[in-house]
Amino acid sequence: MADKLKFAFYWNASCGGCEIAVLDINEKILDVAALADIVLWPVALDFKYHHVQALPDNSIDVSFINGSIRNSEQKEIVELLRQKSKVVVAFGSCAHLGGIPALANLRSRAEIFERAYRETPSTVNPENVLPQPRTRVAEGELELPVFFDHVYRLDEVIPVEYYVPGCPPTPKMIVEAVTAIAEGKLPPVGSVFGGTTTVCDSCRRTKEEKKVKAFHRIHEVEADPERCFLEQGIICAGPATRDGCGTLCLNANMPCRGCFGPPDGVADQGARLLSALATLVDSKDLDEIQGLIDQVVDPAGYFYRFGMSSSLLKHKVLRPEEAGAQQAETKAQVAAAGQEGRGAR
Amino acid sequence: MSELTTGSAPAGSPPEYEPKIIGFLCNWCAYTAADLAGIARIKYPDNIRIVRVMCTGRVEPTFVLKALSAGADAVLVAGCHPGGCHYQEGNYKAYKRTLLLQNMLPQFGIEKERFRLEFVASSEGEKFARVVGEMVAKIKELGPLSGAGVRLAALDGFFTEKERIEGGVNLG
Repeated sequence: MADKLKFAFYWNASCGGCEIAVLDINEKILDVAALADIVLWPVALDFKYHHVQALPDNSIDVSFINGSIRNSEQKEIVELLRQKSKVVVAFGSCAHLGGIPALANLRSRAEIFERAYRETPSTVNPENVLPQPRTRVAEGELELPVFFDHVYRLDEVIPVEYYVPGCPPTPKMIVEAVTAIAEGKLPPVGSVFGGTTTVCDSCRRTKEEKKVKAFHRIHEVEADPERCFLEQGIICAGPATRDGCGTLCLNANMPCRGCFGPPDGVADQGARLLSALATLVDSKDLDEIQGLIDQVVDPAGYFYRFGMSSSLLKHKVLRPEEAGAQQAETKAQVAAAGQEGRGAR
Repeated sequence: MSELTTGSAPAGSPPEYEPKIIGFLCNWCAYTAADLAGIARIKYPDNIRIVRVMCTGRVEPTFVLKALSAGADAVLVAGCHPGGCHYQEGNYKAYKRTLLLQNMLPQFGIEKERFRLEFVASSEGEKFARVVGEMVAKIKELGPLSGAGVRLAALDGFFTEKERIEGGVNLG
């Protein structure tokens, strides 16, 4: 079949779950294989970057890219895929919103390196070696990608046509997206596959009056499987999260974690959830209110679990001296990495 | 940060840092109090930009984060005293959200003091002026939030200016 579509699958800062999700469509993967040739899929097939570089521009019909952008190699490859692709789909929470990796935006790069390469109990690093973009050894020069100051979502780095949300996207949505592509019935550019309102709208739990006298974490209590989590004082991201997932977590008696990101019309998922959660507190005594609010541990982690790169604040504010040092360091690394045409592989 | 000086600094010396504070004031109490402070000619610093809302309960946390990310150094929300809300309990809602937001902001490296809720009755022009004065003094002590500006400077090292402007790298 001469006019078979061409697909590429690529991963950036991600866990691999999105790749497994593609395989989770089970026997339908055969339909995908019948529909399209795959030109790049590092997790499953042995293609090299130079194979992609050799393709004419706009020759890949759709690139499904998962993961957030944490280093210069990822930026370079997604820019290459953008150049070679007609359509780019941000696949999964990390590409869509930053995802779990973007929680690292609550730390500076120096703190991350300190923790990862010096402090962790399993680290043995007597010479205090930190990753360097270029290292000279007897045999020549070794190159590593530059670790960015910030975790970006995909559409902060390249233009993106569509978003398939979820951690990971559900098989049903993947099939829907692929079918839409196959049949040429694509929604307007910028669309998110999924619902438009909130998870609460499709949640079938009993909802009565939302007033709580205590907040719990899910592992601390035996949750009633029939009743709204928020009414039980268990933090659930439903009111601030796009629906379309089929309430999978809720069906399994777990509260919504927010992986589909904010619904249409909501600028900041975390602020929306914060707002909904705080007003559950059933008290008019100012001290009692303080006590109840303090029961919510790690608010930023709860509210921006998947959406840090899409939030208004995006990153911990760095003190001027911290920011200056970090910027100088990145500039130096970029200059060093750029010397010999970075990434000519 | 220097464009906001009042011109009182002697020529040649570096201008004093003047914080930008956004104030969301409820129509029924705090805004009236600010009005009263004006009528009574009570002096207070002009660092505050006032946005009138019908009730502090209308102030979504999104507004506060938007202000802080867009360059404000601090946000003040002021409304009726407990029990005095024109809409029964809007100020309690604001109070609950404030506490939770104040618990979260330090995780982003933003001091709690940069977001303040005060109960100011319509007769308390003096109190309004005092709150603004205290807040300006406190923020001067803390220094600029270095919100959008320094974050951009810190984060864009790898992206050229051209890419930032044209290439969808949107840190705003």
